[in-house]
Amino acid sequence: MELVQNFPFLTIILALFSGPLCSILKSKAAKWVNTIVIALILVMSVAVLIFTIQTGEAYVYQMGHFSAPWGNEIRVGILEAFMAVFFCVVMLLCMLGGRRELAEEVEETKQNLYYVMVGLLLSSPLALIYTNDLFTAYVFVEINTISACGLIMIRQNGRAIEAATRYMIMSLLGSGLLLMGICYLYDLTGHLLMSNIKEQVALLQQSGEYHIPLLIAITLMSVGLAIKSALFPFHSWVPDAYGYSTLSSAAILSSLVSKGYIFLVIKIFYRVIGFDVIRESKVINVLFVFGVLGMIFGSVNAIRENNIRRMIAWSSVAQIGYIYMGFGLGTTAGMIASLFHILSHAATKSMLFISASGLTDVSNHDTDFFGLTGSGYRNKIAGVAFTAGSLSMVGIPLFSGFISKVLFASAAYDTSGKLIPAMIALALSTLLNAIYFMKTVIRIYTPSHRAGIETDTRTIAIREQPQKTVVLVLFIALNLVLGLGSQPIVNLLTKGLEMFG
Amino acid sequence: MSRKRSEEEYQKTRSFRLRQWLEGEKDPFLDTVEMKAPNARENNPKSVQRTMPEAFGKTAVHADGRKAKRKGILKQSGQGALGMGGLDMDGKRIASAPLSYEEEKKARVATWVYNSDRNRDMRAFRGIYRACAAVFCVFLLIMLLTAVSWLPTEGVEDRPVNNEVSARYIESGLQETGAVNIVTGMILDYRAFDTLGESHVLFAATMTVLILLRLDDDEEKKKQHANDRLYEPKNDVILQTVAKILVPFIFIFGIYVILCGHLGPGGGFSGGAVIGAGLILYVNAFGFAKTERFFTAKTYMVTSFTALACYSLSKCYSFYTGANGIESVIPLGTPGAILSSGLIFVLNICVGIVVAGTMYTFYAMFRKGGY
Repeated sequence: MELVQNFPFLTIILALFSGPLCSILKSKAAKWVNTIVIALILVMSVAVLIFTIQTGEAYVYQMGHFSAPWGNEIRVGILEAFMAVFFCVVMLLCMLGGRRELAEEVEETKQNLYYVMVGLLLSSPLALIYTNDLFTAYVFVEINTISACGLIMIRQNGRAIEAATRYMIMSLLGSGLLLMGICYLYDLTGHLLMSNIKEQVALLQQSGEYHIPLLIAITLMSVGLAIKSALFPFHSWVPDAYGYSTLSSAAILSSLVSKGYIFLVIKIFYRVIGFDVIRESKVINVLFVFGVLGMIFGSVNAIRENNIRRMIAWSSVAQIGYIYMGFGLGTTAGMIASLFHILSHAATKSMLFISASGLTDVSNHDTDFFGLTGSGYRNKIAGVAFTAGSLSMVGIPLFSGFISKVLFASAAYDTSGKLIPAMIALALSTLLNAIYFMKTVIRIYTPSHRAGIETDTRTIAIREQPQKTVVLVLFIALNLVLGLGSQPIVNLLTKGLEMFG
Repeated sequence: MSRKRSEEEYQKTRSFRLRQWLEGEKDPFLDTVEMKAPNARENNPKSVQRTMPEAFGKTAVHADGRKAKRKGILKQSGQGALGMGGLDMDGKRIASAPLSYEEEKKARVATWVYNSDRNRDMRAFRGIYRACAAVFCVFLLIMLLTAVSWLPTEGVEDRPVNNEVSARYIESGLQETGAVNIVTGMILDYRAFDTLGESHVLFAATMTVLILLRLDDDEEKKKQHANDRLYEPKNDVILQTVAKILVPFIFIFGIYVILCGHLGPGGGFSGGAVIGAGLILYVNAFGFAKTERFFTAKTYMVTSFTALACYSLSKCYSFYTGANGIESVIPLGTPGAILSSGLIFVLNICVGIVVAGTMYTFYAMFRKGGY
């Protein structure tokens, strides 16, 4: 076995280890440890990705001295490695982009605890990506829930604590349903290892035994994870959690936490239950309906919202709807469109959050819509990044959002019966996206003297905020890479998904 | 805003209302009051005029309609709520109390929105919300119970869970892990990765409580420390005597449960909980000053870091050797001896330290926000 093959488990343990390590360090040292650990994990993940592309096949890594159904194992393929690399990149950029806000909004003595939470949180998406064991996945879902709560409430004002409470209640409900689903499934199949469960489920499906509890187990797991990733009727915690937490937290929550759960959904569909069984169970039709509703309602609420951070949060609800709509199409093409949208949304949403905070910085920290008038001139790079993010979310060619919409549309074309609702939803949602994003872009590029509104006159030049500028430029570049070089990435995802199942 | 029409005429048009709605100027509960602040940045006098008087005028009309119904309630709730806002019922200003817009808004929200006697929508919402919650719970209950009745029968030999996995755990668990207690062998050797995650869950929970409750301000700390004994007896003789006798035994029992986790019922989680309970009893009897001679926040941080690092490192070793087919050099020892079962013994101690620290830290944080 080659050395590179050991890296996936090392990245998980390294991320876990960085948590306790940061807890005994001072804030400044913790900051560096955290950055170095994330960078190290990124480098290792890249090595794993290159290795899997070279060998062209997935491999199983045994965790300990006992082989699969008795011990734990992880499974690494192109899709997993690619996701790990992508998550690490976004995580690193989110942390760098929100560093100043973190220093301002969080008590000096508690900043190291923030890095503890970030370290633990990073281990969770990594473990969810790699693990081949359903119960290990549940344990890391727990870590994710608790540390995400910590990330929200570390900004100790009333709204953030209220948001954390909401988040915790909804998220624990989701965890509970997921755990119950796993228990049912264990009782029916006698296994926790994903590949063994899949064999047993296929046998059960053939014999027609235990049809009802199997259906209920699938439903419980899907609903539990849908609650945790904020699918439409369970989205009530989103605007507060993203709107009032500190900047890095909002960016990480929207781009990593919910995406980790969504990746687990994909894993359960492909690796635990089997996509054919899922398709027959009609659960995906329910997901389709709620995905479509989420696309519309999230956008409508975003239009009504006056606070820019909350507006972006509502837009997240709509984008999660897109992803579940892709699942609901029930085809491999739909799944690839969803996977691409996971990437595109993660890259764009964190950029929008960071640039929006740059805009509010030059508007007396006013998140209100009118206060932002002309802020695109006062903080140029933030204005440019916000515009780029908006264009991407609306789906303008060149940017990543366009590609995911094209993929969704072409995937919908191959389905029977879902073409028309999917197309209408896509068109309507794009229109609504355009209304609220373009409204904001026009607002930030309206000179305040002409609008007759008196605003903050302070400007922040690019050289005053080198770190943020670099982060935003990298985010724009990431978006353009996803938008312009989409074909190789889609090929990679397709190949990865073949390996995945 | 319109050049062709007069301002009043323009306000009657549909486009004006659409714009209001789009910009979120309407309050979702009152739906007639505009919540937008007419602040300094809108120095256009016209627009200020537009927002302010109209908002109050509309409210006045709105209030008149329901006035009769509310009169009774109004008298009861009296001046308390209203006086604070400096507004009378018709939404007109009381001249003696000029208030800023923010204060006015607050008062308005307090008297109108969050008062369920007044706000019919809110009352309806609460009713519907409770009904929905009840329906949801009943639905979930019925669904889960139905599913349970469809599950494989309990106590029958050919259940799906009685398969090769549990067979191997039971038959060769002792030889392979060296632990007499099969459960310990399972959680700390066969499935040690899950337990690694689980102990980090505990750690994450403690850190979250620290974020929420730890007081880092010295003034606050002193105040809390002074008030610590406010509701509890100080130097209670009965408690102290009992604690003096019990605490050593509790500690020894906890250590026994941890150290013999691989030989009989017990292990890190249960033993750690026993030690944590002992610490809590001790601190209740003798106060924080005495505990801090041997257990401070720093001790907790360092010990739990050491324990978790030790856990991670030893598991790194066993994962690496296991996956690469290298024979582990750690001897399993004779089953039944206290120093046996290889890494399980060490891992139990690590888990025990983390659990004990977690319990005590929770207690100290909830009691006075630090120790």
